[in-house]
Amino acid sequence: MAKFTLRTTAFALAVMALGISDAAAQGQPPIKIGSFLAVTGPASFLGDPEAKTLRLFVDEVNARGGVLNRKIEVVIYDTAGDAKQAATFAKRLIEEDKVDVLVAGTTTGETMAVVPLVEQANIPFISLAGAAVIVEPVKKWVFKTPHTDRMAVEKVYTELKAKGMSKVAIIGGSGGFDQSCRAQAKDLAKSYGIDLVADETYGPQDTDMTPQLTKIKNTAGVQAVFGCGFGAATSITAKNYKQLGMTQAFYFNHGVGSQQFIDGAGGAAEGMRLPAAALLVAEQLKSDDPQRAVGLAYTQAYRAKYNEPISTFGGHAYDGFFLAIDAIKRAGSTDKAKVRDALEQTKNFIGVDGIFNMSPTDHMGLDLKSFKMVEVKGGKFVLAE
Amino acid sequence: MRLRGLMQARTGGLLALALVIAVLPLALPNNFYYQVAVLVGLNAIVCVGLNLLIGYAGQISLGHAGFFGLGAYASAVLTAKFGWPAPLALVAGATGVALLAFVLARPILRLKGHYLAMATLGMGIIISIVINQEIPLTGGPDGMPVPGFALFGLRLTGDRTWYWIVGGLLLLSVWLSLNLIESPVGRAFRALHGSEVAAETVGIDTARFKVLAFVVSAVFAAVAGSAFAHFAGFVTPVEAQFLRSIEFVTMVVFGGMASVFGAVVGAAVLTALPQILTAFHDYEMIALGVVLIGTMILMPRGMLPSLAALTRRWMR
Amino acid sequence: MSSQFVQFLIAGINAGAIYALIALGFAIIYNASHVINFAQGEFVMLGGMMTVFLLALGMPLPIAVLLAIAATAVAGMVLEKLAIEPARGASVVTLIIITIGASILLRGLVQVAMGRNFHRVPPFTGDDPIPVLGAALLPQNLWVCGVTVLAVLALRWFFTRTMWGKAILATSHNRLAAELVGINVRLVMLVSFGLSGALGALAGVLIAPITLTHANVGIMLGLKGFCAAILGGLGNFPGAVAGGLVLGLAEAMAAGYLSSQYKDAVAFVLILAVLFFLPGGLMGRGSTERV
Repeated sequence: MAKFTLRTTAFALAVMALGISDAAAQGQPPIKIGSFLAVTGPASFLGDPEAKTLRLFVDEVNARGGVLNRKIEVVIYDTAGDAKQAATFAKRLIEEDKVDVLVAGTTTGETMAVVPLVEQANIPFISLAGAAVIVEPVKKWVFKTPHTDRMAVEKVYTELKAKGMSKVAIIGGSGGFDQSCRAQAKDLAKSYGIDLVADETYGPQDTDMTPQLTKIKNTAGVQAVFGCGFGAATSITAKNYKQLGMTQAFYFNHGVGSQQFIDGAGGAAEGMRLPAAALLVAEQLKSDDPQRAVGLAYTQAYRAKYNEPISTFGGHAYDGFFLAIDAIKRAGSTDKAKVRDALEQTKNFIGVDGIFNMSPTDHMGLDLKSFKMVEVKGGKFVLAE
Repeated sequence: MRLRGLMQARTGGLLALALVIAVLPLALPNNFYYQVAVLVGLNAIVCVGLNLLIGYAGQISLGHAGFFGLGAYASAVLTAKFGWPAPLALVAGATGVALLAFVLARPILRLKGHYLAMATLGMGIIISIVINQEIPLTGGPDGMPVPGFALFGLRLTGDRTWYWIVGGLLLLSVWLSLNLIESPVGRAFRALHGSEVAAETVGIDTARFKVLAFVVSAVFAAVAGSAFAHFAGFVTPVEAQFLRSIEFVTMVVFGGMASVFGAVVGAAVLTALPQILTAFHDYEMIALGVVLIGTMILMPRGMLPSLAALTRRWMR
Repeated sequence: MSSQFVQFLIAGINAGAIYALIALGFAIIYNASHVINFAQGEFVMLGGMMTVFLLALGMPLPIAVLLAIAATAVAGMVLEKLAIEPARGASVVTLIIITIGASILLRGLVQVAMGRNFHRVPPFTGDDPIPVLGAALLPQNLWVCGVTVLAVLALRWFFTRTMWGKAILATSHNRLAAELVGINVRLVMLVSFGLSGALGALAGVLIAPITLTHANVGIMLGLKGFCAAILGGLGNFPGAVAGGLVLGLAEAMAAGYLSSQYKDAVAFVLILAVLFFLPGGLMGRGSTERV
């Protein structure tokens, strides 16, 4: 009995001691990173890996002692892809949770709905959404990690031009991501000498794209097809493409940068190409490529924790998270204005999306070089350049 | 005598609501709570209108988010792209929606029960598809920014300002619908819900009243939509989506059909609920489903009427 | 016939068959309870996702498919037992809201249990396109159509030849009278939800190899199935099948010949037009209203 009491006392003391030393080491409240993501809903395919990535790396950074001797805490809310919810949650993060920085916004709609709020509240905001409008024109407090859809189109058009293909058909969904890509494709066509001969749309949850593809098939002279979209619809498009026995070159935008696209298409994606962040082919990068190490590290950590293949979308969250931490470190505090300035001065930050070099005129900081052309070969993404 | 008592109870309800709106800010610690309160108010306006249609006229609509979206986009497009003054855009939106609802009402309301549900659903979906696809005008699925609301050179900004505006609008809409319900027209409404044939045999022009309920509820939704657009400063087609229509109907039934204040309670609970359920993280949807099912089983008539009946039983 | 037309026809019939199965599920529950079951789409989702789950456990495809359908039928009955029956006596609108709650609940459960990724189900018999008049048909398309026809015939037999089916029909025509002649109405409700769940799941497993499956796949399919059910005349079985086919073909032809951008709108305009001119749906019976 006595022994038992002794042991429990010792245990209690140990716990207390641990608690005290912990508190002493931290001394300060945690650094709070706020996030609102489309974890459920039609864009959950993007938002889910983003949320998982944030949770994973918060734990990792804290295990290594946190930042500025402070723990990191992430608050994530699910918007289901709804801009109104995004605005409400952003306000909650700023006013109620009093976060220091926002790493958030799966879709462009969510992001743009929050921009006025963020500019007013003066809080640094790193968006994980694709469209160029987010950082063009530059907004004082708004940054973003993924390549813009404009860059994806440029990358594809550059290759089409080099291959002498000029007659292109577009197929894409009616969602925001797809429409934004489509708009860029139309906008840039002329300057690359591309002639868009067909433009077909499918609904956000359509289950059969053969009618649209049949029309493209029957359009004379199509040399290449360009797909704008993400998620299940792109896999179905690939399957239907093969079903119809179409043989033109097929390029997707970067929305299909996930092993799921290939698995979902069940072999039909073979030979299709897309521009993607180097992360997708980290193992194949040359050993002196600075992105190789960081890409592999992310891939291994994510796979080990969640036992599912990585996607480039989770990578956007990874970059957003570490860009924020890097800026906080350099700012030496969580003072919002200082963190913002530090973010803007980010130089040679090696992320999974590319090497970030921000400036007062560029709040994304990526160039076309960090975009790789990738081809589906043998059920895997293979570097095609 | 009985009617008089009823009238007083209703005026009392209006006063109580006004009191709640006036006192609530004392319990709102920061702008986030104000924002939620504004969203509650806007949803409540839609639900008060929709309740006239569902609760009193006995006609279901699965398309009211379409009217809300039209109101929101009328304000957004007319002010942002055509430089109209905001009040004018609001009135134009509401008038346009009223006309549309009036034109659609006759053929749509000829339908019964679930066929009516289908027709309103189709109408709502067509509206949302058009908003989604007319990118040059509406910005498409990524939405568009909306300028602030300026009245006589005075710019209405900030959650607190909007709280009072929306509070006022809500009181106005409740007052209007209470008046409608108590008018001869309104009594016809209630007769309709009981039995259309019976109402017709005693000489009530049921079609006319159904049309009126439809148009009034559509206008309420459009005005709420316009206010939302200016308040949020950004609109996306999600506002017009079919799932949003279902949300509105759910709020009305959840709060209590054929009860104006029930509609307000339903809107308040279901708008605030997601903010509370965030505590459940991944289990958020499960919790929401359980709350919906549980409440409807335990309080089949909706929250307010069931709770009122319960209190009455206790008081006795 | 141009090959293009044939291709659109294949797409339309395939989608139409699926819509028909879902619409039949709506019709059965509507007949038994006058409730529009907004969780019908989730039955479709459950069918596909359960199959994925069982396949991952290492079961062979046919067994996984059958078990998934059975499990969804049970899910339908559980829904009836736990959520619909306790609310007996509540208004139809209240019951509809309960099914909306059930739909959210089911989606939430599946997302927690199986994540938010999409999954592929292998085709029942190969994936090599079969050329037909210049168009391409997948073996799975034949499965969809064949099984749908069988299911419709089986339902017809069930409702006209078996005691159970007749009991359900009797209940739908006059609940009180059915109770008076000794039909166990509660059991009829239970069977209806089970049957409806099985039909939804059947649709789900049939298309999963063509369209993939994920936790949200049921929302739009449920909505389309509802449209088909209404289009054909609610509660009318041949009408549900016809409504499904008309809707599927209208979508495919609109996407092919008109505007793919507005194809969904075209389908809904068509429905509105039908309702305006035939207020009881394509095969609606002239109904009399009880006073």
